[in-house]
Amino acid sequence: MRSLRLSGALALSATAGLLLTGCLGSSGTGDQDANRNSDAKKVELTIGSNSVKGGKSSAGATFTEDVLIPKFVADQKAKGVDVTVKFQGDGSDDEVYKQKLSLDLSNKSGPDLFQIDGIWVGEFAQAGYIKPLTDTVGDASKVDNWDGWKQIPASVQQLGTFENKRYGVPGGTDGRVLYFNKKLFQQAGLPADWQPKSWDDIISAGQKLKTLSGVTPIQINGGTAMGEATTMQGVLPLLVGTGTTVYAGGKWLGYTPKLRQVLEFYHQIYSTGLGDPVLQREAKGRDKSFAEFAANKIGILLESDYFWRSVVEPKEGVAKMADRDTAVGYALIPAARPGGGVNGQDFVSMSGGGTTVINPNTKFPQQAWELLQFMNSAEMVKESLNGAAKITQRTDVNTEVLASDPMLNFVATKVLPITQYRPGLAEYPKISAALQQATADVVGGKTTEAASIAYQKAVEAAAGSKDKVAGN
Amino acid sequence: MATRTKHPAQDVAGLGTGRALGFLAPAMLLIAAFLVFPAVWTIYIGVTNYRLTGVEAVSPSIVGLANYTRALNDALFHNALWLTMLFVLGSAIIGQNILGFTLAWILRRARPAVRRTVEALTLLAWILPSTVVAYLWIAFFDRDTGTLNSILGTTGTAWLIDYPMVCLVVFNTWRGTAFSMMLYSSALQAVPPSQLESARMVGASGWQTLRDIVFPHIRGHVLTNTLLISLWTANDFSPFLLTKGGPNHESETVPVYIYNVALQGGELGYSSAISFLLLLANLLVSLIYLRLLRRRA
Repeated sequence: MRSLRLSGALALSATAGLLLTGCLGSSGTGDQDANRNSDAKKVELTIGSNSVKGGKSSAGATFTEDVLIPKFVADQKAKGVDVTVKFQGDGSDDEVYKQKLSLDLSNKSGPDLFQIDGIWVGEFAQAGYIKPLTDTVGDASKVDNWDGWKQIPASVQQLGTFENKRYGVPGGTDGRVLYFNKKLFQQAGLPADWQPKSWDDIISAGQKLKTLSGVTPIQINGGTAMGEATTMQGVLPLLVGTGTTVYAGGKWLGYTPKLRQVLEFYHQIYSTGLGDPVLQREAKGRDKSFAEFAANKIGILLESDYFWRSVVEPKEGVAKMADRDTAVGYALIPAARPGGGVNGQDFVSMSGGGTTVINPNTKFPQQAWELLQFMNSAEMVKESLNGAAKITQRTDVNTEVLASDPMLNFVATKVLPITQYRPGLAEYPKISAALQQATADVVGGKTTEAASIAYQKAVEAAAGSKDKVAGN
Repeated sequence: MATRTKHPAQDVAGLGTGRALGFLAPAMLLIAAFLVFPAVWTIYIGVTNYRLTGVEAVSPSIVGLANYTRALNDALFHNALWLTMLFVLGSAIIGQNILGFTLAWILRRARPAVRRTVEALTLLAWILPSTVVAYLWIAFFDRDTGTLNSILGTTGTAWLIDYPMVCLVVFNTWRGTAFSMMLYSSALQAVPPSQLESARMVGASGWQTLRDIVFPHIRGHVLTNTLLISLWTANDFSPFLLTKGGPNHESETVPVYIYNVALQGGELGYSSAISFLLLLANLLVSLIYLRLLRRRA
């Protein structure tokens, strides 16, 4: 028996020894030859994206599978290269997609090209999951001389940039506005060309809408269940309306009077019946808010142009409104008070967007770069719209297509000039989670004081030290 | 090491240590690869600041016991522990135990047709895949079109948001009662009918019969059953499918918290440390039960 136990102990220590030789993380991908397989005649590439035919962002998946891939294959065939491109679609929540992708990339696998949110670029780059395009492609002039860059505005290029290096090619941008239901506005005696000038104007419109039965006056996303949608369609547009941004002068926003002001606004809406606090806590609250707006049950809702072209869109939206063009109004988001916004603006907005990057461990870096250029050519970008309008990454395409859609034209000409982007820093997602938690606390009934104190603590932990947080 | 001997093996099978080890080796290797290795690996990750993304994903460093001291001061971890205790107490120790025993006790005398039907339904709740069951219960509890609200006429009550833990306790009681029911059914067969008969002759009430005749016979079964269902419930991940730990951490049991920390927050190091703490808690509970069992013997 003793010897059995002894060998058990031996087996254990052998395992432990094995462990000590293994180690976490990776020593980097090393210096791989950027020109590996560059003259291959048979090439296989995979495109990864959080979109799927008949589900999430269906139009994008359909375009990639039915138009982009066949055209690229034909284009390469003409050059004598036999290319097979696979589409690896996904239809999950953005956070879940990010987890899957990170796990793949940490094991040096994953698709050759993939789409990520612009705010993930920082943390992916720091983890070594993605590399600057010039490193992956190997030749800086080859990347920098691509003529497409001239068509992409600098602010949009930021979506694929980290520490002044280009990691990917952005796929367009968006802008946030206040949507309102004109039918409900008419019943409540509010104008059809409503344009609030301050937060008080929003509240007073809400109070008039409250007199209608079965109507939730205002939907400003809050809570943790909606994830980044809370930050982008709630906290940040309000925060820039108080005159500051989440990252300024090298410091993250802490417990300041301006943060408190934002949380007070949440408190005002969700404690006085102007908003539905339960909806913010539901697992599928955002989808439900869309359905309620389409069913004429929500008066005012803060969203990006995505709402106009993919949610209440009459034919293919997820919450269709047949009378969208006449029933849905839109207005600029006002600063807390006129002139009180960031840069002294009267009106404010926030923008974001995705970017397509190349997997540094791809077998075919040169061919991946060719595909990346191909999918961002004017011709392909125009094809991807398939007659619909959307703010694309390319100025030449935008001037051509946006004229046909007054709402998107409004975003391009009125919103984009006054908008702000999120900082592309690795800490951002953690700060964002802390902001979501603070709104969850307020909507759930805690005082704004308690929520702010907890937020300050969370931000200090996320930023790594007190010196990197602006608080009082 | 120095066990090699010349004289014939003394053990019953006559194998000798060397050959015995040879027979054991395949099993040991499998256990080492799939049980010991991951466990030790978890302990190792638990003392680093390894993350899913960011700088620490490439070059994590050893942080010693920092993750553990952080857990001891983490209000959300305390919250998760407390909720796990409530969950185990409510749905396993009380819910599944009592409902399972009651079913077994009643069905003992029921007509075979009735018994088989009830047993089949209870088992069905147990063997259905979690995702299917979660979908059914979400539909049942839904605020706008939920079955429960239609039955009670309480339109607009968001059960999973207003009473998340109560919902989870009811759900898990429903889900796991089958095991207790089956275990107690067979345990009750071990109670000598003659003793039950005598009890009835002397006019013992139902409760007296249970307390003085049935329980002394099945005490061991009660402990074993309670141990098993407590451990399963404490490690159960299906609450995530119903509430994702929400709203605002109100139903975030330890396994759900570990998942949220590891994958939503990307903090693999910290979540591994918490996993290890959960393992310790499980061991502690098992030890207590084993003590109780031994005292019976």
